[in-house]
Amino acid sequence: MQEKKIICTVCPIGCTIAVKGEGGKILSIEGHTCKRGEEYSANEFLHPVRILTSTVRLKGSDMPLMPVRSNKPLPRESLFDCMEEIKKTEAKVPVRCMDVIIKDILGTGIDIVATGNAE
Amino acid sequence: MHNIQCDVAIIGGGPAGLAAAVSAKKQGAQKVLIIERDTALGGILQQCIHPGFGLTYYNEELTGPEYYGRFIKQAESLGIESLLDTMVLEVQPTGKIICVNSKYGITYVDAKSVVLAMGCRERTRANIQIPGTRPAGIYTAGAAQRLINRQNEMVGREIVILGSGDIGMIMARRLTLEGAHVVAVVEIMNYLAGLTRNRVQCLDDYDIPLLLSHTVTRIVGNERVEGVYVAQVDENKRPIGETEEFYPCDTLLLSVGLIPENELSRATDIEISAVTNGPVVNQFMQTSNPAVFACGNVVHVNDLVDNVTLESEIAGREAARYAMGSFPQVKRRISLETGNNVRYLCPHLLDIADMDEQITLYFRVLAPEHNVTITAKSGDAVLYKKKAVKVNPGEMEHVTFKTGEIPASSDCVRVDVTKEV
Amino acid sequence: MLKTDVLIIGAGASGCAIARELSKYQLDVMVADKNEDVGGDASKSNSAIIHTGYDASPGTLESQLVVAANPMYDKLSEDLEIPFERVGAILPAITDEQFEKLPSIKEKAFKNRVYDVEYKTAEQLLKMEPNLNPEVKGGLYIPRESIIDPFLLVVALAENAQENGVSFLLSTKVTGLKIEGDRIAGAETTAGPIEAKYVINAAGLYCDEIAHMAGKDDYYVNPRKGQFYILDKNTSCKVEHIVLPIPTKLTKGKLMCPTIHGNMLVGPTAEDLTDKVDKSTTREGLDSIETDVRKLIPKVNLRDSITQYCGLRPNRNPEGLHVDTYDDVKNYVNLSGIRSTGLTGSVALGKYVAQTLIDIGMKAPFKTNFIEKRKNIPCFHKLSRNDQNLLIKQNPLYGKVICRCETITEGEIVEAIHRPIPARSVDAVKRRLRAGMGRCQGGFCGPRVIDILARELNIPVTEVNKNNKGSYMIAGKVR
Repeated sequence: MQEKKIICTVCPIGCTIAVKGEGGKILSIEGHTCKRGEEYSANEFLHPVRILTSTVRLKGSDMPLMPVRSNKPLPRESLFDCMEEIKKTEAKVPVRCMDVIIKDILGTGIDIVATGNAE
Repeated sequence: MHNIQCDVAIIGGGPAGLAAAVSAKKQGAQKVLIIERDTALGGILQQCIHPGFGLTYYNEELTGPEYYGRFIKQAESLGIESLLDTMVLEVQPTGKIICVNSKYGITYVDAKSVVLAMGCRERTRANIQIPGTRPAGIYTAGAAQRLINRQNEMVGREIVILGSGDIGMIMARRLTLEGAHVVAVVEIMNYLAGLTRNRVQCLDDYDIPLLLSHTVTRIVGNERVEGVYVAQVDENKRPIGETEEFYPCDTLLLSVGLIPENELSRATDIEISAVTNGPVVNQFMQTSNPAVFACGNVVHVNDLVDNVTLESEIAGREAARYAMGSFPQVKRRISLETGNNVRYLCPHLLDIADMDEQITLYFRVLAPEHNVTITAKSGDAVLYKKKAVKVNPGEMEHVTFKTGEIPASSDCVRVDVTKEV
Repeated sequence: MLKTDVLIIGAGASGCAIARELSKYQLDVMVADKNEDVGGDASKSNSAIIHTGYDASPGTLESQLVVAANPMYDKLSEDLEIPFERVGAILPAITDEQFEKLPSIKEKAFKNRVYDVEYKTAEQLLKMEPNLNPEVKGGLYIPRESIIDPFLLVVALAENAQENGVSFLLSTKVTGLKIEGDRIAGAETTAGPIEAKYVINAAGLYCDEIAHMAGKDDYYVNPRKGQFYILDKNTSCKVEHIVLPIPTKLTKGKLMCPTIHGNMLVGPTAEDLTDKVDKSTTREGLDSIETDVRKLIPKVNLRDSITQYCGLRPNRNPEGLHVDTYDDVKNYVNLSGIRSTGLTGSVALGKYVAQTLIDIGMKAPFKTNFIEKRKNIPCFHKLSRNDQNLLIKQNPLYGKVICRCETITEGEIVEAIHRPIPARSVDAVKRRLRAGMGRCQGGFCGPRVIDILARELNIPVTEVNKNNKGSYMIAGKVR
């Protein structure tokens, strides 16, 4: 059995929630003070995900970099592998906000998109 | 000399200036001009490539560039003008602005009203007086963020971060993702300076140690930083000598607070608050000079850009009304008093006109506390009362009420945060 | 191989003043310094005061040089465009014991031929300096004590010397002296050997090490650390004069004065050390400044500090300023014991050393084409709006403000990088122009200055240093 202490980030209260589970199943959740906290801690326990933001090299502009993000949260454990892909990537002007820079990064089904604009 | 006339001139094209400009234009001001020292609009958000913006204003999570991008789009479609790469040298008490750029040289801007939206700057190593040598490799977190996210320049490889402010924590994650090793985040207080969300997603996610009640006591290294001494502090925030430990590193990042940037405001002779270091404003975000308005971090350091946007919309709207001659006639002034565990209130005072206005007062507490009641009272009248499970100096609180609820006999509203017993 | 008539070791205030003086003669002059920039070590970290010599030991060479130098600064600062102001000093007696010391201090000034020192009553002093401790009993006024931009003094001396033909070999450390018989034939340096007819040791803190290379071991130098505070221009409690404490037997004490650019300077400590590279401020040192200066200026607010720094005075053992020549090393002049008054004395020392060279046999006619004046980089923020506009029309880079605290433009920075004695590092730009010396301490302009240096010097950003070699600002590219 696994136990994790999770600090809830749903609201500023920041409850510390203890989650116990085994083999992808939740056995107990304690310490939350609302329904959203319960959901959040369950997700954090089973498959924590994060939006990844970074930059890629930009060609053809005075700006050397184009800021990018994942268009959906990525599995937390994949962030460093995704960074390796991002480091290899280059964008060329023109770039518009939400243009796809890397399609389906590492087969996650999630795209890396531009968050800025460059002519 | 180049001359420009406009209705509303806005100094600073960051989130505050952009929101003020859009709102002034929507209110009906004809010519709205943003003066910005950078080569592009967006201000500090240009380097804030991380998410976490817009959660309350847009109800979705955006990155910095996406957030200001939406305002630039609006500003463009509304025909707001901007003067980029332009530094304001002086704002005269009459409201006349003297600025400079390479294209037009010295430029005079005559505006019917002015909005100050210069934002803030970072406290430095010298402000907090860390002893030791003066090598390369000491950066404020914001300067490092600019270098990394905009100039494509990496500041170092082995990093100690002093201060658990949001920028510091966000830089801890950013540097880690770029292959640097963040040795520790050191915080002198016994609580986090920034948002809990950032502690979880920027430090805990990457196993970066957070040393509360610790500080950097000495910087070592003649040419480049070679390390820092870190010690635990006692209840008076004095380092405890025997706990001092050496942390080898090549870079020290400082995230030790922000100061509203009011060099220009001071020169205009407007009243500055000793607590917030920003202009004293009423609920219209109007300063002691009636033609000068102010919003965003130049007034008080905000926690969320969403709050900056809201108060800047007020500043823009009211500056437009002032420029067009439709500014409300003020009947009486209500002072605002900081009660128990309230560091400051923004706005700093209320100028009551005939209408029944909805007022929001933002504030920060002095110390963290659990299970409190937040109240706003005027004479015998309770204008606002709410319970809160937790308050923290890192996160802004607010009270709301209507001006009509203030008793005619009272000329003061007091806000308290009291522990429930 | 490099050849020169005179080799000066050390490009601090002394070395540069000597170089400028010698540039009036038909001579080849070379200045070598281990640092990347002129300005030495002690010359850039001091109280930036031009002394009168009122408190020197009467009859000493130090007294002679300082007393002679002080009146030279009016013309020199005009010729070389160095910010300089005769603000005057006051020496308030706070206790009765201190009050009793005033006559002897005035008498000493008299012996040093500083005749314009005046007694002032407590009332007069408080009128001159309202923030003074109201318990003041009376004091002395020393009208010609002055303040200067110490960085620009050295840079200006060096630039003017260079314009008059002196070569500066920076980042060049002297590693040995080649002695042949009773003469020095030349120096071994990290930039190769230099053959020289005359060698001058102006190495300040390291002058004992150079003397050792010349076979002279009659003294040694230990650093005496001085820590300082610089306060914000807007600090709540300011002074208009140099406010000096009455010295005790042990120390000259800690002072408060305005800087030439409107900040407040408070300090220094005086701590004897052995480590010549220990330039670190300490909590104890900084706290002692607060305690001591409060006795003079009770309301001084050190929380308004925008920087703290430390300098190392080269303290000679045994003490005393010396300009030595030797029978067994005939073409060598050794300078030692140049301490707090060294900045002031430098311009008189230059003349003194030139005469010393002539005394030991150097023959050189004067130049007929000596250029006496030097133009400083245009100082944008001091110009009228009209002149600012004209400057921008000539060079649009003057329309781009890089340092917002001190209003320094890109035009000024680019010019500093391309001057005859170039600013090649972030600190060199800062010392010449004050970009990064304001209240944000380079938080805003620092990243921009790095990029301008890389662009103008055509080097990768990773090679832009804060100061000397090894003080890199940028570890690499992100992408």
